[in-house]
Amino acid sequence: MSQQAGASMSGAQSLIRSLEAAGTENIFGIPGGAILPAYDPLMDSSIRHILVRHEQGAGHAAQGYAAATGRVGVCMATSGPGATNLVTPIADAYMDSVPIVAVTGQVGAASIGTDAFQEADIRGITMPITKHNFLVTDPAEIPRTIAEAFHIASTGRPGPVLVDVAKSALQAPTSYVWPSEIHLPGYRPVTRPHAKQIKEAVRLILDARRPVLYVGGGTIRAAASRELLELAALTGIPVVTTLMARGAFPDSHPQHLGMPGMHGTVAAVAGLQRSDLIISLGARFDDRVTGNLDSFAPGALVIHADIDPAEIGKNREADVPIVGDCREVIADLTTLLRTESAAGRTGDYEAWVDYLAGLKKRYPVAYDAPADGSLAPQYVIERLSAIAGPETIYCAGVGQHQMWAAHFVDFENPGTWINSGGLGTMGYAVPAAMGAKVGRPETTVWAIDGDGCFQMTNQELATCAINDIPIKVAIINNESLGMVRQWQTLFYNERYSNTDLDSKRIPDFVKLAEAYGCVGLACEAPDDVDATIEKAMSIDDRPVVVDFRVHRDAMVWPMVAAGTSNDDIKYARDLAPKFDEDEL
Amino acid sequence: MTTHTLSVLVENKPGVLARIAGLFSRRGFNIESLAVGPTEHEEISRMTIVVNVEDSPLEQVTKQLNKLVEVIKIVELDGSGSVNRELMLVKVRADAASRGQVLDAVQLFRAKVVDVAPDAVTIEVTGNADKLGDFRRVLEPFGIRELVQSGMVAIGRGPRSISERTTRPVSVPVAAGSSA
Repeated sequence: MSQQAGASMSGAQSLIRSLEAAGTENIFGIPGGAILPAYDPLMDSSIRHILVRHEQGAGHAAQGYAAATGRVGVCMATSGPGATNLVTPIADAYMDSVPIVAVTGQVGAASIGTDAFQEADIRGITMPITKHNFLVTDPAEIPRTIAEAFHIASTGRPGPVLVDVAKSALQAPTSYVWPSEIHLPGYRPVTRPHAKQIKEAVRLILDARRPVLYVGGGTIRAAASRELLELAALTGIPVVTTLMARGAFPDSHPQHLGMPGMHGTVAAVAGLQRSDLIISLGARFDDRVTGNLDSFAPGALVIHADIDPAEIGKNREADVPIVGDCREVIADLTTLLRTESAAGRTGDYEAWVDYLAGLKKRYPVAYDAPADGSLAPQYVIERLSAIAGPETIYCAGVGQHQMWAAHFVDFENPGTWINSGGLGTMGYAVPAAMGAKVGRPETTVWAIDGDGCFQMTNQELATCAINDIPIKVAIINNESLGMVRQWQTLFYNERYSNTDLDSKRIPDFVKLAEAYGCVGLACEAPDDVDATIEKAMSIDDRPVVVDFRVHRDAMVWPMVAAGTSNDDIKYARDLAPKFDEDEL
Repeated sequence: MTTHTLSVLVENKPGVLARIAGLFSRRGFNIESLAVGPTEHEEISRMTIVVNVEDSPLEQVTKQLNKLVEVIKIVELDGSGSVNRELMLVKVRADAASRGQVLDAVQLFRAKVVDVAPDAVTIEVTGNADKLGDFRRVLEPFGIRELVQSGMVAIGRGPRSISERTTRPVSVPVAAGSSA
């Protein structure tokens, strides 16, 4: 096939051909008027299209698929409301750097701008929340646009790309030519770190006395866990993993201090706060990690490595900025540090490591069993982790259950934790778990969800049941919007305005699960937890939903109240650890 | 707060202006002046953006601009190393009695009358912001009936070009699905 004369076909056929050529194996979507022409050739395609029940589910499923596989997730929707329903997952993918391509139908080119039926300017709407987006009105542009979309979504700092295709372009005859090259003069992500910066970073690392490896989601996206383990082993430097990086470094590793931030462990928060050198790897000094920025880690120099230059120096000034892919940065640091080590130059961190090990021992992540013998949510998650094991993929929504999952699941492998970190999207877990299970069908996928979150997107259970996607869902049912309720308990004098969901009464989650063709189980006694989880683990021909009816007053600890300094972390209510008074 | 002049080379594609304007507004920057037009390369447009910000937020907005796929290059032009110009068209009241004085002002500022009516003249003047401001103050007593002003355009002094190295597009082999 020559570059000029391609195969004759419709724009719709060209779109599906292009998606195939870009490596698409699965699409999550819903047809509608404007995208309808594309659904006809889809019937004859090698691509598996999974018909979801709401476009938000399609978007989160594409995210879950991408996070679980490292490949680009694809979702598809029609114009207007179909496209606007994708806005939340697109924004979520933008915040958490998830590579997805969203394909939307648009009204015919001649009708654009006329307020036509189901018209919405989705390209305009998604400009601030996409890495890039396109509107295609010329069918000849379809292959090149799809090739560019996949390239942009998956390279550099990954992110969502939207391709809006006018119905007239789908219907028009065109010729299909898959490009061999793409031309993006303004898009040149830097992946190779600068040797001079690596050298300078190594100098700081060797000089430091209290260094810490601050590991973010970029290490997961860059698949840098093996390199990270080597760097940690070589230097002995303590490690903290952010919410987005849980699993990037094994929880069982003695150097691991856990998750830092608003609900971080005392050791991880102290590890950053009292550090003299923060080595930030694919992290972005998010406000949920730093707390009050002015008082964050006041004595620390900062080495900031990120593939996105705009993250460096955005919130915290960097002493050594390194632009590059995390895996290459970490590998280069290790290589140079090994050379230094062979020449007898190593860092002396012994007192620091001992101090943090002491904190880790003194302030483990813990909880009190409810006095009335009811079920502790933390216990449920702890047992789930023990029984399902570290190879399982855990997805979470947003809130208390998410924080408990981040703490009480034992993460040993990268890619086993999929949650909504930056945007904090309630309802993420079920559709994301669906996408993860499609991408990794041989792996057990548990959604750990709250009763509030679950009620936002549980319609996708129908999709799972019908399409043989046997996910498992653990609803941590405390019959309330638990995290908001926790804030009301702590900061609003226990005035519980609109956080009571009454979801131990309505809906009946067991019946709801059964109505959706899933197995529904319920558990409210600590003694039944193991047997219930084991029963759920034994079912693999259908999705399983377990209603864990837990104590409603359990809170997430430790906690740094919003806007305050990390120095003011509370280990439990009214209990402040005195990490800053210890001798170092 | 200091004034900064950014020259931004962008791909000449629909929606680029909306992307850039949107980025400035959502990151909390106020654009003082904006001019967009073609360059010597058909596929590249050039924007001259004047913003009033401190240095460190400017660095952040520049980095964010650089992340836009259609932004090819950003250069900050400083006042002494560049030539900058704005264009103003102003319609001034001028009857038989005052016309002579108005035309004197036009001469002094090396401006140009582009339209004449019985009781008004329309004047074209180019220059930097200071000159245009002075000219406006001189005309005010006569009565300004209407005024329109362009955004600033700027170009660096000396032989070097900021756009010559950007004409060559960067090609990326398509990674996935070359089997098609």
